Amino acid sequence: MKATVTVMLKAGVLDPQGKAISQALHNLGFAGVGEVRAGKVIELDLAETDPGAARAQAEDMARRLLANTVIESFRVEIAA
Amino acid sequence: MKAGIVIFPGINRERDMAIALEGATGRKPRMVWHRETDLSGLDLVVIPGGFSYGDYLRCGAMAAQSPVMGAIRAHAVRGGHILGVCNGFQILTEAGLLPGALLRNASLRFLSSDCWLRVERADTAFTRHYRQGAVFRSPMAHGDGNYFADDATLDRLEGEGLVAFRYALPSGEASPAANRNGSARNIAGIYSPNLRILGLMPHPEDLVDPLMGGIDGKPLFDGLAAALAA
Repeated sequence: MKATVTVMLKAGVLDPQGKAISQALHNLGFAGVGEVRAGKVIELDLAETDPGAARAQAEDMARRLLANTVIESFRVEIAA
Repeated sequence: MKAGIVIFPGINRERDMAIALEGATGRKPRMVWHRETDLSGLDLVVIPGGFSYGDYLRCGAMAAQSPVMGAIRAHAVRGGHILGVCNGFQILTEAGLLPGALLRNASLRFLSSDCWLRVERADTAFTRHYRQGAVFRSPMAHGDGNYFADDATLDRLEGEGLVAFRYALPSGEASPAANRNGSARNIAGIYSPNLRILGLMPHPEDLVDPLMGGIDGKPLFDGLAAALAA
């Protein structure tokens, strides 16, 4: 199974990178851009064939390494 | 005091740290490679600065999972002293040995300059050769030094006296102007509850000899050597 883990800074944690991207987009003339948040996408190729078990594995990986839950939240998507 | 310096791939400040430790103790520290798993016999374990594992994923995230970390945890459980500087501080937070996290500097700029640190308490092995409230100069060089923790954790750190150093003006005022990386409550360094683990972003080891431009950081190492003399 393929698991996609999206890691984002938690709401309330300052994201200076997102702010800088927002400013740069404004400089390019995209006046309608509001808040921008930047994160990471991590794709995992898993031997597991059961979607539920694959999700549980990916969530465990996210909690223990892929995300730092002090500052980041994560979301897991599973695809065949 | 028997000191060891842990070296991960990408660490680059271990020699500065060795000079500071040898200056205080008169003996060369043991250099510990990241694959080693036995730290018995050491009084002080130091994790120096640098860019362990290329800062992949997050600063310190990979080092926190490396073989030597089990031995560092065991050293902590034994009540051993640990000093983490810069990337070493990031590694200690990633390993869960100190609370909070180090975020990208609020300015997004890599900061390479001197800062001034206010000593919040002078009754620890790390600060016994300073006076409480003293301000000393220290170089700093980091891109991710913006200390973050939730309000409950910050309140607990302050309530239990676990803030080691705050960024301050030379006058001692911990003002926003002195807090160039944007750290919560001007926090530059923190202790574990037993006061034996210290993590801080600046580099006191780089100001321990007049040839370096000053000796403001030397009392930290002299104090450790005195406290842990065996």
